[in-house]
Amino acid sequence: MSIQSAPMPDGYGGEGFFATSLSKAIGLARANSIWPLPFATSCCGIEFMATMGTNYDLARFGMERLSFSPRQADLLMVMGTIAKKMGPVLKQVYTQMAEPKWVIAVGACASSGGIFDTYSVLQGIDKVIPVDVYVPGCPPRPEQIIDGVMKIQELVKNEPLRRRFSPEYQHLLDKYQIG
Amino acid sequence: MKLNNDIVFAAIKRQFPDAVLDHSEPHGMLTLETTREQIIPMLVFVKNDPELQVNFLTSLCGIHYPQNADKELGIVYHLHSFLHNFRFRIKVFFPINDPVIPTATTVWPTANWMERETYDFYGVLFTGHPNLKRILNVDDLDVFPMRKEYRLEDGTRTDKDDRFFGRDGHVGREFD
Repeated sequence: MSIQSAPMPDGYGGEGFFATSLSKAIGLARANSIWPLPFATSCCGIEFMATMGTNYDLARFGMERLSFSPRQADLLMVMGTIAKKMGPVLKQVYTQMAEPKWVIAVGACASSGGIFDTYSVLQGIDKVIPVDVYVPGCPPRPEQIIDGVMKIQELVKNEPLRRRFSPEYQHLLDKYQIG
Repeated sequence: MKLNNDIVFAAIKRQFPDAVLDHSEPHGMLTLETTREQIIPMLVFVKNDPELQVNFLTSLCGIHYPQNADKELGIVYHLHSFLHNFRFRIKVFFPINDPVIPTATTVWPTANWMERETYDFYGVLFTGHPNLKRILNVDDLDVFPMRKEYRLEDGTRTDKDDRFFGRDGHVGREFD
């Protein structure tokens, strides 16, 4: 078995030194040590358990440390149907996470309400919190969840350090009445 | 003695000769209809009668028949005698613009949450209930969603096509 280390970011190297931008170095560190907070409410959560298990092994991405406290989490993984009554709870969990934070909506229900076109179900979690990556499927297979996580890693790697202080980001939060 | 539909019906009819409005046996299960005034005395009777001993309220739920004038809303009591392993139902109907019925929590405390649920979904007001507020839906919901005049679908949906939900040809809400 070959163990692959994270690829080097672009930079300028020579004998005994390597120079790159601070943003890239931090992005590299962040992207390979994301602590996910699983918010599993239904069958997509079962697929996530398989994703965390030995066969698919999300720990390969530096994610073996699931954070069940929002305070120490970087990535909120919402997996399953969110009832309207759960909406404020989800929003509170998101608010309690420290910046920088990312959100992945796993499955049709979290993304759009799925088959539950009914008065009691939130029609997608993006009605209450901003979402970075949507994973389609009902439920998605672990491969798809991993693909979504790798998309998150790309976002984390390439995010400018100043993004969270930008007026655009503040505008996004204001739209959701957060912060 | 083993209970059967005839014995139970006769016992209730004997005690409440004028209050049994209707009776039938769909799928072999005795089903009675009575009035709002007589429902609680009837429940107390079947619970305390030494012959019947109907000691358990299995379920209490609402029902809405918009086409039945002055009997639009109803409550169904599913009762069970553990001693005789005998089950039957009592139904009560009343007008939708006067959705009031006395609470059964005085007979069975377990009716507390069942009546809250029925209030939550049908807007039935149980007089004497200790804590009549919503139990399952969000607190600020302004409709009683199981009543037929309210749409099942969510008004905030933006990406749902009626054809994919078995409502082909049905004129749905305009997507906004």
